[in-house]
This record gives sequence, structure tokens and C-alpha cells, in this order.
Amino acid sequence: MMKGSPLSGRDSKNPNQTTINVTDGTLIPLKDEGSLLSAWNISFFGAVALLVILPLFSPDPYLRILSFVPDGLVATFSVTLISIFFALLIGLFAGLGRISQKLFINRIATVYVEVIRGIPLLVQLFYIYYALGPLLRLKGPPAAILAMSICYGAYMAEIFRAGMQAIPKGQMEAALALGMSRSMAMRKIIIPQTIRIILPPIGNEFIALLKDSSLVSILAVSDLLRRGREYASTSFRYFESYTIIALIYLVMTLFFSRLVGMMEERLRHRGKVH
Amino acid sequence: MEKYIEINNAVKSFGSVKALCGVSLTVKKGEVVLVIGPSGSGKSTLLRSVNRLERLDSGEIFIDGESVTDPNADIRHIREEVGMVFQSFNLFPHLTVIDNITLAPITVLKKTKDEAIDQARSLLAKVGLSDKEKAWPEQLSGGQQQRVAIARALAMNPKVMLFDEPTSALDPEMIKEVLDVMTELAREGMTMLVVSHEMGFARAAANRIIFMDAGQIVEEAPPETFFTSPREERTRKFLEHIL
Repeated sequence: MMKGSPLSGRDSKNPNQTTINVTDGTLIPLKDEGSLLSAWNISFFGAVALLVILPLFSPDPYLRILSFVPDGLVATFSVTLISIFFALLIGLFAGLGRISQKLFINRIATVYVEVIRGIPLLVQLFYIYYALGPLLRLKGPPAAILAMSICYGAYMAEIFRAGMQAIPKGQMEAALALGMSRSMAMRKIIIPQTIRIILPPIGNEFIALLKDSSLVSILAVSDLLRRGREYASTSFRYFESYTIIALIYLVMTLFFSRLVGMMEERLRHRGKVH
Repeated sequence: MEKYIEINNAVKSFGSVKALCGVSLTVKKGEVVLVIGPSGSGKSTLLRSVNRLERLDSGEIFIDGESVTDPNADIRHIREEVGMVFQSFNLFPHLTVIDNITLAPITVLKKTKDEAIDQARSLLAKVGLSDKEKAWPEQLSGGQQQRVAIARALAMNPKVMLFDEPTSALDPEMIKEVLDVMTELAREGMTMLVVSHEMGFARAAANRIIFMDAGQIVEEAPPETFFTSPREERTRKFLEHIL
């Protein structure tokens, strides 16, 4: 993995592998932090230890809180996974639109990306749930998924665009010279190569979305944060409730960021190990 | 001999840079024509116009009587019959050698997989890489990659082959293996338009040499006359640099 940014331009070890720099990716553990006392190890195992020790030594309220929130965890994951799925779909087509040579399509995709990226996610959630509520008549969870998909679709579009533009021009030319149509070349040549280099940034977006999904707790979605809030407001154990919630989020995001880091490492070596 | 490639008064600019200022050229069937010239002389642009990777501003190009430059031309069909080899090989890095070669025959020519694989194997034998069919492009040397790229282009059974500086990105010891394949192709009667400075190949295989400078054809002659007694001063100056 690279210093500072896991997704920077060209890897010195492997100059043929093009990677792209889309997000800051601060969550990804760095290679030189591989020691036992790395920041990642301290944070992850520290959080896990607290999640074990606190309920063990002080079951009331910690164990009660832990047993109160699992269905919130399910809600958090469903909203995240469904949203990321639709965001990827929207992102693929909007990303294709962003590099389209047809001016009309290009403009629509670019305006979508600019507008959505210019409005905070929380405002978009309010907009779809409250402002468009009378029109869309959506309940909390579908409204949350719709808003998160549209919002993250715009960020995904930029990842797809950057990924496709990172493929050398000669790839498209070689495909065209062989008699392929532009769309066939996209499907067979450009997109398969794009996916390989955009998996790590997509993993990062997934982590960001997992964290941002806590925003949907204000739309009457019983996600992890909302379950914690419910427990806190009936028991008045604010410190304990939110400590557990924070620790659970931390363990999840650190776990997934390590996963993304490993995936990135594997993709870097793919092709040589076959 | 019949005209196979016919270029009439080709003009192309990139912004304020004039790449082609009215170039006319014909290549007959089975002929091997080598285009040389200093960088920026328009030779690659000319080659890339033949299968319309570059669109001309004006002028016409015909391949076997079919117009390439007509906006309504069935350019995909024309490209099926025009193989192209690039300076940077442009193999598809996510596909193995054999898949690189069979992809277009299967998807474009609708060949069966078995048929395409049989043909790919005989092409790999021809370029001397039978043992590499399962290899990934990045496991191959530059010379091997370029030979795979030639095999990939030949898999479409092209009637003409375009070579855009095929050896410029290669280390000297790999140049010969690529030129040998090209010389063999020329001997088999393939119509070839080659942008290259390989004088050895020019002497061994070319029927004609075209010298381009500043978007124009300065001189054209058979290799013997071209190298020994060039007519134009500009040609002589250029040859002094490269010989």
C-alpha cells in the first residue's frame, strides 16, 4: 500500500498497474504500520476488547445495550448494502455519461454529479423525506435508501469516470481497429479493466456510506444509532449507550478498511501469480 | 496490379498544427510500402486515417474501392479487413494471450470458440509463441507482446496490415524477432503499410519507400534508389541522421 494515499497514480513497484486517486482514504492502514502496535491494531483490538470487557464486568447497562442494538445493526447493513447496490448502478451509467461524446448525455450526467455533490447528504435526506414527502409518499427506509443511492451514485460516477479515463487510449483504439463497436469495446475491454482499478475506491465509498448511514436515524429508520438513542432516552444512560454505539461503528469501519487494504494489495499482484 | 489503398489529397489538422497537408498515395495489392520521416511529419496520422482512428478534415481514402472517409461508411466492416499493429502493442492486459487473439474473431466475426482457438494456435505457432498461449501480457517481453499483437490482428484475416512504428518501443535485441515476423508476412504477399525507421526491414521487404516531412510526401522510390541516390535535399539530410 502506498504512503498517505492508498489510491495514488502510479505504483513504483509495478508501473504497468494504473490506480486512481479519488478519495483521501485515510482509513486504509499503511504498510509500514504493520507492527503489533500499529494504529490500526491499537484501535481495532482496543475497541473489540472494550466491547467484551465492559459487558463482562458491568452487565448493567453494557450487556443490556449490546442486546438491545442488534436489530439496529441489521437495519444499518440493509440500508448500506441496498444503497451501495443502487449507487453502483447509477454511478456506472452516470460515469459512462460523463465520458460520453454525446453532448446532451454528457451534460445531464455532469449536472447530476455537480448538483448532488454540492448538497449535503443530510439536506438531501430531508429533501426526499420531508420536502418531496407529499409527492413521493415514501416511508423512512425507502426514502433513506433513495436519498443515499442518489447521493453516492454521484460519487460513484466520478470513480467510474476516473477509472475509465485511467485506461490507456490505446486499449479502445486496439478494440476499434479489430472491428469492435464502441459499446462492445466498453463491455469487453474498458469496463473489465476499470473494475479492477476501482474496487479499492469503491470499498472506501462503502465504508463512508456505512458511516453516513447513521444519518438515516433521523428519518425514523431504526438503525444502529437510533437503537442506541432509544435505549439512552429510556434509561438516561447516554454515556454508556453512545460509547457502545461508537465502538460498534469503529470496529466495523476498521474491519472493512483492512479488508479493502488487503483487496488492494491482492489486485496489485494479480496477473503475476497466475 | 489493382490499387488496394487509395489516399486522395488527405488533409488533417490538430488545432493549429497541420499534420497532413494534402497527401496522396496508393498501395497496390501485395505491396509493402514503408513510410519514414522525422517525428511530427504526419506519418502516423496518415496511417491512422486509413482505418479512421483519425478522421480527415478533407480528402478521401478508399480500401479495395470502399470509401473509409464517407461518413456513412460501414467503418466496422472495413476495420475487420484492416489489421493494425501499434507502437505500444495495446494488448488487453486482463486477457490471456489466447483470449487476446480469439476475442475479436468470436465477438465480431461470430466464429465458434473452437474454430477461433484453432486459428489462434496456428497464428501463435507462426509468430513463434506456441508455449505462451496461457500467459498474461505482462509476463511477456516487449518483443513477445508485439508478436502476439501481430497474431491478434492476423486472426481477423485482414487483407491489409498497418504497422505504426511497431519496433520503436522495443529493446534492440527484440527488434529482430518482430521484423522477422513482418518480413515473413511480406513474403506471403500481405499488403502492408508500415511506419518505421527500420532500414534493414526496408531493404529486405519493402517495395517502396515514402519520405514524409511537414505533412507532405517529399519523395518516393524503391529502396535501392531511395538509399543510394535520393533526389531531394531534405531526404538526403534525413538519411544522414538515421543511417
